[in-house]
Amino acid sequence: MSADRDPHGAAHPAHDGDAGAHPFVPGEVDASHRALLYVESVTVSFDGFKALNDLTLYVDDGELRCLIGPNGAGKTTLMDVITGKTRPDSGQAFFGQTLDLTRMREYEIAASGIGRKFQKPSVFPQHSVFENLELAMSGDKRVWSALFARLSGEQVDRIDEVLEIIGLVSERNRRAGLLSHGQTQWLEIGMLLMQSPRLLLVDEPVAGMTAQETERTAELLTSLAGQHSVIVVEHDMDFVRSIARKVTVLHEGHVLAEGSMSEMQSDPRVVEVYLGE
Amino acid sequence: MQRRPTLLTALAGDRGGMIMLALLAIAAVVVPVATLLVPAGSALHMSTYTVTLLGKYLTYALLALALDLIWGYCGILSLGHGAFFALGGYAMGMYLMREIGARGVYGNPVLPDFMVFLNWKSLPWYWYGFDHFWFAAAMVVLAPGLLALVFGWLTFRSRVSGVYLSIITQALTYALMLAFFRNEMGFGGNNGLTDFKDILGFNIQSDATRVGLFLASAAALAAGYWIARFILRSRLGAVVTAVRDAEPRARFLGYQTEHYKLWVFVLSAVLAGVAGALYVPQVGIINPSEFSPLNSIEMVVWVAVGGRGTLFGAALGAVLVNYAKTYLTGALPEVWLFALGALFILVTLFLPRGVIGLAARMRRRPKGDAAFAAPEPPE
Repeated sequence: MSADRDPHGAAHPAHDGDAGAHPFVPGEVDASHRALLYVESVTVSFDGFKALNDLTLYVDDGELRCLIGPNGAGKTTLMDVITGKTRPDSGQAFFGQTLDLTRMREYEIAASGIGRKFQKPSVFPQHSVFENLELAMSGDKRVWSALFARLSGEQVDRIDEVLEIIGLVSERNRRAGLLSHGQTQWLEIGMLLMQSPRLLLVDEPVAGMTAQETERTAELLTSLAGQHSVIVVEHDMDFVRSIARKVTVLHEGHVLAEGSMSEMQSDPRVVEVYLGE
Repeated sequence: MQRRPTLLTALAGDRGGMIMLALLAIAAVVVPVATLLVPAGSALHMSTYTVTLLGKYLTYALLALALDLIWGYCGILSLGHGAFFALGGYAMGMYLMREIGARGVYGNPVLPDFMVFLNWKSLPWYWYGFDHFWFAAAMVVLAPGLLALVFGWLTFRSRVSGVYLSIITQALTYALMLAFFRNEMGFGGNNGLTDFKDILGFNIQSDATRVGLFLASAAALAAGYWIARFILRSRLGAVVTAVRDAEPRARFLGYQTEHYKLWVFVLSAVLAGVAGALYVPQVGIINPSEFSPLNSIEMVVWVAVGGRGTLFGAALGAVLVNYAKTYLTGALPEVWLFALGALFILVTLFLPRGVIGLAARMRRRPKGDAAFAAPEPPE
């Protein structure tokens, strides 16, 4: 367990039962206790190998958090647990006070406001940039409504606004498959934004980017924090240093330490497993 | 700037589709005139055989379109679409059998000949209702639709995809073939259903009826194309192609991708069933060989030859390949299967986007509407 464990984790350990204090509103994320994401004592094992081992993590509303750790530390598995792709063997994962992520299906989690950006850029290559954003827009995702769906003026404005944020206005009608690597990553972040998420999970956003693209991405992610909580998994230490306010170091499926980047760099345990190289 | 169409504007800017519909409209005028009005001795007269052949091609074209809808746009390679085609055909065949009435060889007013021959005393329950055309028409849609619904629900829900799904569809049509071969099933065993006399009171052999069936096939193809194009241009269509290209991404965006796949799969099966129902009265027989796995593979070749992911290309491919088949099986019967195999290999190697792709490449068409573009060929 990390030394500087999030204080209100202990203050509000239970999410069960006290329905009076926290009436369950389906689809509503209740972050009234500052923290938005609660991951508590989660263990995931694959054939005996513990990818996550009693991992506990809290992320505040509007926070930008960096997750670092050597390969196999469990970063991707943690993302999988949060998005419902992997079910934990034990432990809890809550989004806000009320949404139990371990019981929700992937699309329900996505609809409740958690967006994930994959390590490998994943957009729809045959669709235009605009259409990629249209498809990503939050709203009714059922088959019949899609058949007769039309974009309202507001929705088009929203798409244009996101195009502005991710800097792809001039690529609006371009086929997404023709974008550069960096542009593809930004488009994917834009697709997440279209869902108006509360929490963004961003997996290695700057892998393979040029220095300029990396810089642009850092600006983009920092500008998103505040309105959204953002969790960034990244190997590039310079990048982490440039954006991080708070860093969580994972090691062997467990939180090794948590704090500012400079604290982490001076923490002997962290240096030993990761930064020492 | 965003152009999700209404049903009326679904074909705007779709040149290939317009050409196809125009050709169908021309055929719908020329064929009746050449068959019914031009006297039999004239060089311009069209024989019953030719009308029937053309009508049959059109039902194949609708079937190919149905297959392209899920293969080209949804990425599901069904190698069992013959099953849906045959089920629609059987539903129509059952109606046509009941229409024969007492005019059969054994003169039984209720039981079809093969049941009398098998010494059956009464009509099996699942033959009830087929003396009404409306009931048979409903079954043409429901039988393939329900099979696709159950089959698709089970497979898509378990996230079976790719080669595995293709193999299961082969198994499905093969299993149905074996079942329909059995006399006890009550569908005429290996002889199937045949000796039809009339449809809706019209003599099924007459030129006028044949022309009517041709026109119905042309109308069905046009309507099928129109509906498919509308769907593909709607947001639903955009989601479906998105599922084809990056299903996990679509799922994380909150789409229940299996519902989308199921919806399109069922629609495709229904279109195939309608094609089968129009096919049977024109060829005059439906038997279990329609379920044979080879048939379903042949359909995939039609789509590949015409150009996967274009719809009109699939229809064109069906007509071209079947014309070649009619010619070759007449002129050099033993060559046909080799020609089919060679065709598939050549198209896969040299024309990954079929005849339509070749035509487009020769015209060097500039890149257009992104969602409208044909997919990359699969690995």
